[in-house]
This record gives sequence, structure tokens and C-alpha cells, in this order.
Amino acid sequence: MSSYSKVMISPHIHSGRSTARIMADVLIALIPATVAGMVIFGERSLFVILVCVLCSMGFEALFNLITKREQTVGDLSAAVTGLLLALNLNATTPLWQCAVGSLFAIIVVKCLFGGIGQNLVNPAIAARVFMVVAFTSLVQPAFPVDSVATATPLSAHEMPSFMDLFLGNYGGAIGETCSAALLLGGIYLLIRRVITWHIPAAFMGTVFLFSFFMEGFNAYEALTMVLAGGVLIGALFMATDYTTTPPTAGGKLVFGLGCGLITCLIRYFGVYPEGVSFAILFMNILTPYISRWTRRKTFTEGGKCL
Amino acid sequence: MSTYLRGIRTPHRKGTKKKPVLRMDVPATVTIPMSMHIGKPATPIVKVGDLVRVGTKIGEADGYISSPVFSSVSGKVVKLIEHRLITGAATTAVVIESDGEMAVDESIAPPVVNSKEDLVAAIKASGIVGLGGAGFPTFVKLDVDPARIDYLIINGAECEPYVTSDTVTMLTRADDMLYALRALRRHLGIQNVIVGVENNNRQGADAMAALGQMMDDLSIKVHSLPAIYPQGGEKVLIYHTTGRKVMNNQLPIDQGCVVLNCTTLAAIGAYLQTGMPLVEKCVSVDGGAVRLPRNVIAPIGASFQDLFDFCGGLTTEPAKMIYGGPMMGITVPDATAPILKNTNAILALTKKEARLPKTTACIRCGACVNTCPFGLEPATIAAAYDKKDIDALKDLQVLSCMECGCCSFVCPANRPLVQMNKLSKQLIRDEARKEGGNK
Repeated sequence: MSSYSKVMISPHIHSGRSTARIMADVLIALIPATVAGMVIFGERSLFVILVCVLCSMGFEALFNLITKREQTVGDLSAAVTGLLLALNLNATTPLWQCAVGSLFAIIVVKCLFGGIGQNLVNPAIAARVFMVVAFTSLVQPAFPVDSVATATPLSAHEMPSFMDLFLGNYGGAIGETCSAALLLGGIYLLIRRVITWHIPAAFMGTVFLFSFFMEGFNAYEALTMVLAGGVLIGALFMATDYTTTPPTAGGKLVFGLGCGLITCLIRYFGVYPEGVSFAILFMNILTPYISRWTRRKTFTEGGKCL
Repeated sequence: MSTYLRGIRTPHRKGTKKKPVLRMDVPATVTIPMSMHIGKPATPIVKVGDLVRVGTKIGEADGYISSPVFSSVSGKVVKLIEHRLITGAATTAVVIESDGEMAVDESIAPPVVNSKEDLVAAIKASGIVGLGGAGFPTFVKLDVDPARIDYLIINGAECEPYVTSDTVTMLTRADDMLYALRALRRHLGIQNVIVGVENNNRQGADAMAALGQMMDDLSIKVHSLPAIYPQGGEKVLIYHTTGRKVMNNQLPIDQGCVVLNCTTLAAIGAYLQTGMPLVEKCVSVDGGAVRLPRNVIAPIGASFQDLFDFCGGLTTEPAKMIYGGPMMGITVPDATAPILKNTNAILALTKKEARLPKTTACIRCGACVNTCPFGLEPATIAAAYDKKDIDALKDLQVLSCMECGCCSFVCPANRPLVQMNKLSKQLIRDEARKEGGNK
């Protein structure tokens, strides 16, 4: 028996949580929305998803290879970015545009800023905004394969029925329309403690209250504004990205409130019919400040740390 | 909302609780360092060739915050060596060859205690230090104006995985604890005693409740703590049992509290009854590499190897050997390290138990921030440490970190967060020293 054993500083055990496990949970949580998107918008959406996911992972692997960095593609964060980007695109988006969008998300927004954990804004959101500005394919929503073309709920006077909103049978991006699937995924993330309730609740709550007021105190209309468009996927999956949101509960509430407010301002007063992406992007930029403003008093300073 | 400070759920692994406690065979030699406490090391008062017995004083306390050291075996002093402490500092250690007799020093007699001063002096003379692990000389805590003490809090929280020696104390040494409590009540006027025990330690809580019923002139309340690590932290324990907050630059007594570990209390009781100073310690010997994990009563100065041998030896080469639990314990390079006054456990972990995930990039998930019992932001502190930004580090309250390690435990990227906190604290102290030197 050798006489020396390993000497190192405590702690000597670990919870076993890992970045890859968290990202895998997010992917699992997105399965319902992905499946729903493929059912609603047809097999064309499968190609969009495949191109985005594979390109995102490929670009990250390539970047690490070329810049001689440690390979990080195994942490699955690039896969999450790719899938989220795809779910925010129309099923009709040209595939080369999907590839360009993935390139923008991974290389420009994430890798050039230092890779995972260092990006200032959510890569999928930034890429979507870039694509909305750069390509016309995203300006109008795509429509379900088996339906007569109806207008997107946010740009038309005729709203889809509550059941259609719930099942996602209306125009929009691949993953944003089926509320039931998104809620299911959100609940999974909450149970797995990947996210907390603060940002989704503040985001959706603000959209509901703002819309309630704007729609002449009509709760049904206000609920429609929460379920329609990108609020659910944004609040549950995009605005809860760790890197680009504040860490404390207070900071998260402020962040969610800001997202909801800007979303509504754009929806009601802006030129774009939808404002979720812009709202999250803007709040991402404010995150370092929110984090600092909402720093808690520590226990030994007399703070409540319960 | 929870009324408790945050923390983590660690694996329990307290199998030694159910095993009988055994007194180990007398080791051939013991190595007794002069520094087994916080404060100045004791001064050795024996020389090579001196004959000593169990309880013979071999080191004299040096100054106020210090503690005397006693021989744990009978035999002959064979060497005075320079001993490298686990902190890296060097101290003298007395090596005693045991004659196997365990003959007791004839001067051992119960102390005469008639006043508070007598009690404090007796506890000082007993060499008792904080046995929960800190090793702070116990008499210092009691050398206060009795009117300032509202609560005596007995720390029965044993939140580290594997460690069960305090539970063993609660289950087997009620008489010693009772004796100590009576003396503390008589001479320090203590009225309210709260025993903090975790809610998953039913036996310990029951034993302490039974203890409370034996004292009809003293209120002993058993406070059930959540089974969340770290409950044994002094400030955490005080807050959870009394609702009082020990703030920055405060000591527990500033909030009217004196905290004693249950094993420390039992040691006080034993000394008051017999006069035998602190020469042995109940130690949990555990870890996957130990063949027969159990609690062992070991003479201070016995080596890790002696205890492992008594526990059936090691089944495999340990990847890590640790003083204390796996959350805050300190590794030793080899099995010659001695049992100290404040050693509550020694672990020999297998490769599998000691395996830690790879460190990857911080994803700013905030898990550390939302787990810190004191509400610190370890990830932000780590970033400030990278920039050596001392003002920011002070602002982030890193000095109040109790180094429990929850942040590192939960970090999905396995970042060395508590380790950075420790470095940050050292950086601030070094800077303060430098500034002090310039003046």
C-alpha cells in the first residue's frame, strides 16, 4: 500500500449536478413543444429543427477546434440554443437561413464573447431578432398545414378560439403556438428545479395585467394575449436562461416584469406585431445592472436569507 | 416561506451510529502536537527520557488563548519532533512510547469548584477545547459576565455526512452532560438551555429530551433542526434556536448566547467528576475503504493507521484520508497523522467516493447564490478575486463566509467557489497586515 493519498481542500463530495444534466433537462422539457410543432406545421419543421440543432453544435465544435479550445459541445448548451432557435422560426424558413441564424447565435453571440456563461444576450433570441431584421421569411407567421390560412392572433382582429390557442392550431413559429406543450415543459423544469417560478410568473403576470387593462378589463382577451404568440416559450424557456438573467429572486422578478412590460408596449404601440424577443433581448442587456441593484443584504449584515 | 437559512441536503452515510462504540487497543506510540487548538501553541514541559502517565501534563498553556496538553498513555517520552500541522504551520509534538499499562498520573483528582472563577480555571486546566471541530479553548467562552448569558445552546447538530461521534455522546454520556449542566447552572447562573438536534436524529433528540426531564430546576429545551447542512455552524444554530442574529464583528455572547458542542459539555462533566483532563476522544472511523466502520474511543495522539488497524484495516488503498467530514474536513497525506483533541471523525474514502466532477465554465446559474446560508454571492466573489479587487471583496461580505462549502457542492460546473472565498479572505487579511505594517 503506497503511503500517500491525495491532499486537497474541502469539500470532498459533490451534488452530482452538472451543466450537461441541466441542458439535457431543458431538451427534455422542449420535447412536447417540438413534437407539437411537427404535428401542427408538418415535416418541413423537422428539417428546420435538424438544421438549427446540428449547425449550432457543429459551429461550436468547429470554433473550439479552430481556436484550440477545450471541446464544450458535450455540455449540450449548443443543442439547446439550436432547438430554441428552431422553435422560434417559421416552418417555412429557408434552410440556408436557419444555418446562417445558427452561425450568428453560436459564433457571434456566444463563442466570440467567451463561450458558455460569457454571452451578454441569449444566443437564440439574438439570432431570431437578427433573422427577423435580415430576412423577410419571418415577418409573417407560417400557418398550420391543414388549416385555411388565418391571420396571426396578434395582428388580426379575429382571435383563435381558446382551444386552438391551447393546442397550437394557429399561425406562428414552430414551437410557440402549442400552449399545452409549453406548459408541460415548464412544469417539468420547475419540478426538476432547473428554473424557479419568479421570471415566468412575473413575465406572464405583467402581460396579463397590462393586456387586461388595455382590453377594457376583459380577462378572456388578456389570457389570450398571454397564450398567443411567443410569451409562453419566451417566459418559460428563453427568459429563464441562466447566463443572461439575474441570480436572485428579487432580480428575477424585476427581470420578468421588464420583459412583460416591453412585450406589451411593443405589441400595443410598436410597429412589430410581436415583442417578446425584443423584450428579452433588452432585459438581457440590463441584467448586470439588475443583478447589482438587487443584491441581497447578507445574513451577518442583518439580511433575511431564508 | 421557510423559516430556516438555506443549505444543502448531503448524503447521510451515518452507518456508524448503529455500531457499538469500542475503546481501541493501546497504541505503541502516540504523537501529541502542542497545537490542537485555536490560539498560541502550548509549551512542551517534558524532555526525552521523562516518564509520563495518563493525564500527566506535557505542554503548558502559553498566554490567555491557549490550552494545556496532556499525555494520553503511560510510558516514556522518546522524541520531541517538529510536527507539520494540517494547516501547514509547524509545531512541536511529543512522541511517547507506551508501556501498555495506561497507569494514571497520581496527581489526578477532581477539581474543587466553589465559584465561577474556580469553574473557569478548572475548564482551562482540563485542556478542553471546542470538540465540534473548531478547537477554540472552551474556558474563554465561559469567562464572561454571567448576566450576559441568556441562553446556553448545546450543539447536537451533526450535519456532516459519516460523522456520528456527537450522536454517540448524546446517547451514552448523559450523566457527564448532566453533571456539567449542574455546574454551569450553579456558577454561571444559566437558566435556559437549548439543545439543537437535527430532525432526522430521533435517538439523539430523545436522549436529550430525557436529559431535560432529569433536571427539574433548569429549563432544557430540545430544538428540532431541519436536516439541512450546515446546522452545526454557530451562527446558523443560534439563529435557528433563538432567532437571534450574530452580526458582523459580533461574538455569540453579544447576542446573549454561549454555544457548546455536546461532546465538549460531556468532557467538562467528566473532568469535574474525575479530574482526568482531555486525553481521549470518540472518533467516527468511516469511509468506503474502512473494513469495519465504527466509533472508536482513541487516545489523543494515536495515528490514523492505529485506528484503521483497530477497525479491521483498509480494504483498498484510500484515494483520500480526511480529518472530519467530507464537507469541511481536511485531507492528510499519509496515515501517520495523529488524532487531535478536536478530531471527531477520520475518513478513508475510496476512489469512487472521492471522485469529483470536472470543473467547467461558470454558467451563472445562481445555484451558489441561492444556496449560501448567509446570502453571499460566491460566483461574484470569485470574479472579484480573479481581479484581486479587495474593495469589491469586502463589499461582497466575503469575510462573513463560514466556509461550509455548500456553494462548491451545488455548483453544476464544480467551480472551486468556497476555495475562492477562502483565498479572498486571506487576500483581505494579507492586505490589512501590509497596511498595518506601513503605518
